[in-house]
Amino acid sequence: MIARALVRLAKLISGARAVWTTPIDGDAQRIFFANHTSHLDFIVVWSALPAEMRGRTRPVAGRDYWMKGRIRRYLSSKVFNGILIERTPSSASTEEKRKAAQAAIDRMAEEMGTEHSIIVFPEGTRGTGDEIAPFKSGLYHLCKLKPKVQLVPVYLDNMNRILPKGEALPVPMLSRVVFGEPMEMRRNEPKESFLERARSAVEKLRENHG
Amino acid sequence: MTFPFQRELSSLPVDPSLLMLLGGVLAALIVGSIVGFILSRTVKGEAGRATVSNLNARLRAWWVMVVVFGIAVATGGIGSLLLFGLISFLALREFVTLAPTRVADHQALFWSFFVLLPLQYYLIGIGWYGLFAIMIPVYGFIFTAVRSVLAGDVDHFMARTSTINWALMVCVYCVSYAPALLMLEIPGFHNQNAALLFFLVLVVQVSDVLQYVWGKLLGKHRVAPVVSPNKTWEGLIGGVLSATAIGAAVWWATPFTPAQAAGMAFLICVMGFAGGLVMAAIKRDRGVKDFGTLIEGHGGILDRIDSLCFAAPIFFHVTRFFFDVSDQVVP
Repeated sequence: MIARALVRLAKLISGARAVWTTPIDGDAQRIFFANHTSHLDFIVVWSALPAEMRGRTRPVAGRDYWMKGRIRRYLSSKVFNGILIERTPSSASTEEKRKAAQAAIDRMAEEMGTEHSIIVFPEGTRGTGDEIAPFKSGLYHLCKLKPKVQLVPVYLDNMNRILPKGEALPVPMLSRVVFGEPMEMRRNEPKESFLERARSAVEKLRENHG
Repeated sequence: MTFPFQRELSSLPVDPSLLMLLGGVLAALIVGSIVGFILSRTVKGEAGRATVSNLNARLRAWWVMVVVFGIAVATGGIGSLLLFGLISFLALREFVTLAPTRVADHQALFWSFFVLLPLQYYLIGIGWYGLFAIMIPVYGFIFTAVRSVLAGDVDHFMARTSTINWALMVCVYCVSYAPALLMLEIPGFHNQNAALLFFLVLVVQVSDVLQYVWGKLLGKHRVAPVVSPNKTWEGLIGGVLSATAIGAAVWWATPFTPAQAAGMAFLICVMGFAGGLVMAAIKRDRGVKDFGTLIEGHGGILDRIDSLCFAAPIFFHVTRFFFDVSDQVVP
């Protein structure tokens, strides 16, 4: 019930309209990857999914943020069923960062199991919305571990204006969640070309539907 | 001392002429729905079916709108205030979504939605005409510009601030004149102001519908080919004249004589057409067909109330100038 209320609230604030460019059937395991400009992004994508798909879809989020305070802890563990990832401080050494990243990827793959889908933001951090930053390699490594999973590009339109980086209060404009055509990792596809292909899939949704 | 809204609230049960107006609209809707149903069974061919299904979608939306508006008007001041406050909110969000604002305007926009808008309707609620009439054009105008400039981004500054002011004027200030009609003090018309609001909305919407119908039936010569290719002289003249006639025909529910009611209805129709044309130009400028997708068959809320935006303030002020006595009451 709380989940449904939150979905309503998120839709109300973001006025989000889901646009499916190709029909997507219910059963496959998926990684939804989207551009990232706002704290509301994940809940907006999550809310835009059809109910039965939403039940099986888990967001990937920072442990430090979501374990703070009882409400956030409750929401992340009971409502969103989030996969919480340790974030490394920027002061950490390259080796530490690499290790933490690897651990995070392993964790995601494990938590996905055989039925869950996830929502990720491969830019790694929120942008201003002017352009989509190059993707971090996490998406590539995760796909290596989960080669059968469908990859769904998602473009979030206008979220950067609803709750931009650095602002605490949202302005209730209308947004759109555009779901693109699912893609897969090609056999032996090099990391850079895969990541660029994924990024340009989101970019293309922005050009055609933004 | 009583505020106008307390009077309106105490006026329950509803004024009988208002009930008759509402009954008339419902009767028209029932007839329309029956015709729509018959057409959906009989019309063949793809283009015909598409038109009929659009007609039926519009009719369904009309039912919802009439019921919501009927409840709002029947509950007196507070219902109308809440309804038009909500309409302003939804319209403002549609307008701002299309507006070329930047991150630096975020705070100014936040204030527009959550402070200026509620304040405007609050001022109507307490019947403070003097501040309601100038709050957005004076204080809102200055405040939003200052709030945006403090954010320190000068790119397209003039376009951005102008857009925010336009959004507030059209979606909040102008729309709020509709429930503000309940504030007027017209001799011999106590507790009946809801009928004025009904008259305005009825004439505006009927004029829209009839312009569409006359345009579909006879439309040939375009009024404004660049701005709005679907608007024709035949539709405009036919729609305005027939809506004026309907406005005159319900004079008994208003404080006007039949001739005055016809004049007011004509004014409302012309202003409504002007509003629709200006909004169409804004949509063209932003490269969209509709402002939104909220109302099935109609587009967004702004697409439905575009004619009301310009008609409401003019109707309010003309009525106030010629019929309201509150200024003379002041010692």
